[in-house]
This record gives sequence, C-alpha cells and structure tokens, in this order.
Amino acid sequence: MNSNIQPLEFNGDWNLSPSLESTDHIDLKDKYGLFINGAFLKPLSNKYFSTINPSNENQISLIAEAGSDDINLAVKSAKDAYENVWSKMPAKERSKYIYRIARLIQEKAKELAVVETLDGGKPIRESRDVDVPLAAAHFFYYAGWADKLDYAFPNRNPKSIGVVGQIIPWNFPLMMAAWKIAPALATGNTVVLKPAESTSLTALKLAEIIQQADLPPGVVNIVTGAGSTGELIVNHNDVKKIAFTGSTSVGKSIMKSIAGTSKKSTMELGGKAANIVFDDAPLDQAVEGVVNGIYFNQGHVCCAGSRLLVQESINEIFIRKLRDRIQSLILGNPLDKNTDIGAVNSKSQLDTINKYIDIGKNEGAEIFQLNCTIPDKGFWCPPTLFTNVSQSHVIAQEEIFGPVLAIQTFRTIDEAITKANNTPYGLSAGVWTDKGSKVFNLTSKLNAGVIWANTYNKFDPTSPFGGYKESGHGREGGLHGLEAYLNLE
Amino acid sequence: MVNFFSNTKVDKVGIEDRVSRISKRSLKSDAKLDGLKMILSMIDLTTLEGMDTVLKVQQLCYKATHLHYQLSNLPNVAAVCVYPNMVKTAVDALKGTDVKVASVATAFPSGNSTLEIKIKDTKEAIINGAHEVDMVISRGKFHSGEYNYVYDEIAAIKEVCGERIRLKVILETGELGDFDHIRMASEIAINAGADFIKTSTGKISPAATLPVTLVMLETIKDYYYKTGKIIGMKPAGGISNSKLALQYLMLVKETLGPTWLDKKWFRFGASSLANDVLMQIVKQQTGNYQSKNYFSND
Repeated sequence: MNSNIQPLEFNGDWNLSPSLESTDHIDLKDKYGLFINGAFLKPLSNKYFSTINPSNENQISLIAEAGSDDINLAVKSAKDAYENVWSKMPAKERSKYIYRIARLIQEKAKELAVVETLDGGKPIRESRDVDVPLAAAHFFYYAGWADKLDYAFPNRNPKSIGVVGQIIPWNFPLMMAAWKIAPALATGNTVVLKPAESTSLTALKLAEIIQQADLPPGVVNIVTGAGSTGELIVNHNDVKKIAFTGSTSVGKSIMKSIAGTSKKSTMELGGKAANIVFDDAPLDQAVEGVVNGIYFNQGHVCCAGSRLLVQESINEIFIRKLRDRIQSLILGNPLDKNTDIGAVNSKSQLDTINKYIDIGKNEGAEIFQLNCTIPDKGFWCPPTLFTNVSQSHVIAQEEIFGPVLAIQTFRTIDEAITKANNTPYGLSAGVWTDKGSKVFNLTSKLNAGVIWANTYNKFDPTSPFGGYKESGHGREGGLHGLEAYLNLE
Repeated sequence: MVNFFSNTKVDKVGIEDRVSRISKRSLKSDAKLDGLKMILSMIDLTTLEGMDTVLKVQQLCYKATHLHYQLSNLPNVAAVCVYPNMVKTAVDALKGTDVKVASVATAFPSGNSTLEIKIKDTKEAIINGAHEVDMVISRGKFHSGEYNYVYDEIAAIKEVCGERIRLKVILETGELGDFDHIRMASEIAINAGADFIKTSTGKISPAATLPVTLVMLETIKDYYYKTGKIIGMKPAGGISNSKLALQYLMLVKETLGPTWLDKKWFRFGASSLANDVLMQIVKQQTGNYQSKNYFSND
C-alpha cells in the first residue's frame, strides 16, 4: 500500500435522482389517545405532547401523556384481562391471536415502514428490510411456542407471571415492541407497554392492528409518555415483571426501585462493542461489516460496533478502505429509497453525539467524516470515525449511541481480547478472520452476549439476545426469551 | 516459485450481501436515462460464432454506429468484438468512426494450445488492425497450480501487444471454482500486464455475475491503492437486460467511483443488451414500451 496515492473519488456527474417512497397510503391521526382495554381513550391527565419528524422538525401528531390515573386504569385492565380471560384461554387459542397479529403486520408492512421512518428518521431501506420484517418474524416465531411450553421446559411446569410492564427505546420502536409483546403473550401474560416519547407512532399503529386482530380487551395496553410515565409502571404494585430496553443509567435506577420487591426483570441496556479485524480477514467484507456495524440506524443501536480493533499490520490499508467506503455513503431524506444514513432521532441525541465528537477532538484523536451536504432542517450527523484512539480516551469508553467509530490497533490475539473486554459493557462483539479456529478461540474468551463472526448486526427471532455486565441481564429471542416471561419450578 | 498474489481472502456471504444491497438502488428519471446511454457507450458488440461470415460482421459494424434508425443523440458502442479472421472486415467497416475493433485471441475460447500458436494468433489480429486483444488464460494450468505459467503467458501476450494495443485478459470465472481463485487469477492477470480483466468468454455458464464482478473490482481497487494505476473491467456474457446492466454500473460507482464509469475503463461484453437498452430509452422518452420489431436485430 502506497500512502502517496490519492483516495478514490466518489463525487461524479452521474448521481441518483430522488426516489421517494410514497406517503399517500399512510393513515395517521392528528391526535392519539391511550390504548387501554381495547380502545383508544382520552388521557385522564388531559396532557398531550407532540411527536416530530426528525428529518424536517415538522410536527406529525399529538400523543397523549399517561399520568398516574391512566396507568392505574391500564394496569387494572391488564390484570382483569389476565385473571378472567387470557390465563384461562387454551394456549392453542392464544397462539391464533399472535399469528393474526403477525399476518396483519405483514399486510401493513409498507405503511408501518413509512411511519417508522417519518417518526424516527431511519432510512426507509432499513425500516422496510429490517425493522418491519423482523417485527412480524418475532410474532410468528412466538406464536408457534404458545402451546408447546411444556416441551420447551420439560418437567418444570411453566406458569405465566401476570401483568408485565414493558418499556422500550426509540431506536427500533416497532421491532422492540414486537420483541417484548410476542413472548409475553405466548407465555400467557398480559401487557402494559410504553414506547419512547419521541417514537410512539408505530406502537400506536400496532395497537390498531391488535384491535383489528380482536385480541381480548386489556391483554395489551399501550400507554404513551416520557420517563415519569415509565416510573409509574415500574412502581405499580400489580406489575409483576419489568422488561426494559434502554440506557444503562435508566436501567440502574429501575433496578433500584424494584429492589426488595418480588418483581422479576430483564434489562437490555447499553454497549460499547468491539469489532476485531485480523490481518487474515477478508478485508473488503470486513470494511462492509464495520460500516454496517456502526452506521446502521445512525449508530442508534445498543449492539453497535462502536469500537474497531484493527491488527496493526493492516491498519493503514484498512483505514484507507474504510474512509473510501464512507465517502460512498448517501446521507439525506430518510424516505428516499437510496438513503444510507438518515436523521438523528432527536435534538437531544444530536447534542449528545456532538458533545462526544468535541471530546474526541479535544482528546487529540484524528477525526474523519463523510464529506456531504447536511440538510438545513432536522438533526443530522455525518458518519464519523476517529483514529489514533487510546483505550483511555472517553470516546473509547462511553457509549455514544451515534454514528461515531473509535479505531484502535492491536498486535496479538491476547491484546485484542484484553482491549475488547476492557469495558463495563458486554453486549456484543464482532470477529473478522478467515481462520475458523481463531473464531472459536475468541468467542469463548470475549465477554459479550452476542458475538458475530465475519458478519455483524444479524438478527433472528430464534437466537437469544442480551448482555453481560452493565449491558443488562436476561435474554430476548429464542427459548431463553420465553423463560424470561415464565415462572419455572 | 514467486508468489504473485497477496493471499487476500474473499468472503462469499459478505460479497453476496453487498451485491444485494447495491442491486436495490433505485434508479429513476435522469439518472436512469444517463445510465442507459452510458451502457450503450460501453458495449463491446460481439459476434463469436462458428458461422460468422463477412456479411454478418459488416452488418454488426453498421449497427455499432447506427444503434437506432430514429433516435438521435445516441452514442456509438465502444467496440466490435470478433474472431481474428474477421478483424480486417471489421476494421474496414468501421473506418472513420470512433468504434474500436477488439479481437479474441490465444486459442479462444478454451485456450488449449501452445504459447507459440497463441503469440501467432495475437500477432495476426494486430497486423490486421485490431485495437484491442481479448485473450483467455490457461485454466488447466491454473488448476494444476502452475501459476507461473499462467503469468508468463499473459506477460508474453502483453509483450506482443505492446503499449498501443490494449489487452483484456479473460479469466473464464465459470471454470475457476470459487471467489478465492477468481481473486488470485485477477491478481495474476493484473500483475502480468493486463489493461482490462474480463470475466468470461460467453461460451461457459455461468458467465458474468454481479458477485464475481465485485470480487474483480475489489482486486482492481487494491492494485490502485498499491500502484496508483487504473485497470479496466469487462463483465461479459449473460448481461442481456438494462436493469442488470444498470446494477453493474452501480457496482462500479460504489466500489471504485466515477473515474471507472467510462468506456476507457469499463465495458460490457454483450450481443443482445443493446436492443433492450434502446427499448428502455424509448420508454423513458415516450412513456411507452415499443414492440421488439422496432429494434433491429443484427
């Protein structure tokens, strides 16, 4: 590799024309109530907040903010539905409802994808190809388990828990709702779910689907609001389990509030995953995996590969390839089918990301960003990478939750393992090498819940997902995901 | 034995993922029309049949410079590609135009002959006026591990071609087995002096595919990083419709950048692609698809 050679040029005369996904078929209301006991109700709190499109800051709808009376009502209807209907229904009947929800998600896939992109800022390519299909797949998968729990846990007499409170984040709104609701219903529990305040719309569209599926009233209740609404759910006495996905700091405060109670919990929290690239890796495919690992969904991914560990002998060529690949990414209108990088989810998240970018610069790391035009309105951050990063840099330690990659080098396998594990988090990791034995050696030594080899960010409902250390406890997906919603003997 | 190649590995799943993502790019309006015209300008219009005749080649050459009898503002194709014994006919027919004449050589398509005969084959094509030579590598030697032989043979043919005649080296990827082999053969060809690397003869199935082309483009990229030199790429065979051809252009655009989006560095080896592209151009301009009868079959 010759460092005097110019980088590849990706700006030319032949550029893609706009190719916007149509929004004509979208049915959105100006104002959304709370979905309690099978109906959309006006909030007893009488409060609403607005949800905006982060790519142009236009208001889309008004969303109800649930207060304590609303939460009491939601939990009561979930409890009634549990005691009188859902826990008494034969498991085979339960699974029919779950199948029906899965099929309705598929039927409305296009609308859900567009709404997800409008409300959250993610590229339509991702909501269309990842979020919505995976949401449907989760319902299909768990529908199949509903009447087979005795086979899943032989001789352990699986029993449902009761009312579960579920609090989900803004990065994969519909998909997270599916990850939470599907296993809870399959195991015979009823649900009070709160989506994140900046991305409530697809959860409310899911509520409409649940209505259409004729799910008995109260089995799923979807209440909107901010952190204080979440606290009301967490602290409610009739909620027997909390399933939370979000930041480690909020996860810690939830664990504090339920300490000393009999409430069960699963926590899927932050991460600072390392993608480890060895000198014998398929380099161009590794570049692609690193790009997908950190820039997928603008880096708003708890398992994002936000640290890159490159073997020193290939450092120069790998970074050159990575920089050239970043220059070919397309940032812009999330509704454009060709967009690779959409809008950052909110103003506050953009501020956080920019704060970390400043810290990285001040710490002396070298910054490189996609050279592109940033739209006037909305919240945007170009794909960013930092080289010359040390393990003790803040940008190598703290979760940024944005499109920012911190690149370090290593010399030996042991050094790679030490650096990868030297973090309070333990959610995921990636290993890139052509050598199978190296993959298995590393996967047994990395403290991470999910380890991908020669790929990254691949999800499937059959595969459990969750973390070690401060990345949380409990698993979602697969058989493990059922266990989290059952009392076993 | 000298190790010509870098031992760089290729991951099949990763290559296919990347191709699938690029294939989903949505090309509309201006971008599509410009892309379609670019495709026409990059075509090596080809006839490589046992039953080729002087009159057939003359007809093809006329088509090369008159793609459609009504549409204006169309480019000519890049070249006409024929067997060595038809080179003179093609050169005469294309006199005064910017269309090049490419000749296959070196015992095309099998490559099973002696180096002596291959050199003679190449010289004959050049003497008759070919501007470009499309040679085949010795796949048998490649599979028996005689990489030096394959390298030396390409180098010998490049020597015959000199600086003036552009050499395209056909790897016949459908016979090479896997992506690691395709990568290795690409490196051998480039280091031995190829100006272009080309996927296929068109006589073997599978011929060109998007994943194979991506592997070869990445080899070209690595050579650029090492030397600053640009090597051209020619997928050939099996590319018969516009949609697929546009996907090839996107692959080039996102792997190497627009420098390569020029007939100087990218070609399509195809016989029936041009008419489908013309049909799409008419559709873009008029909004209607025309009957195939409005497009000449030469």
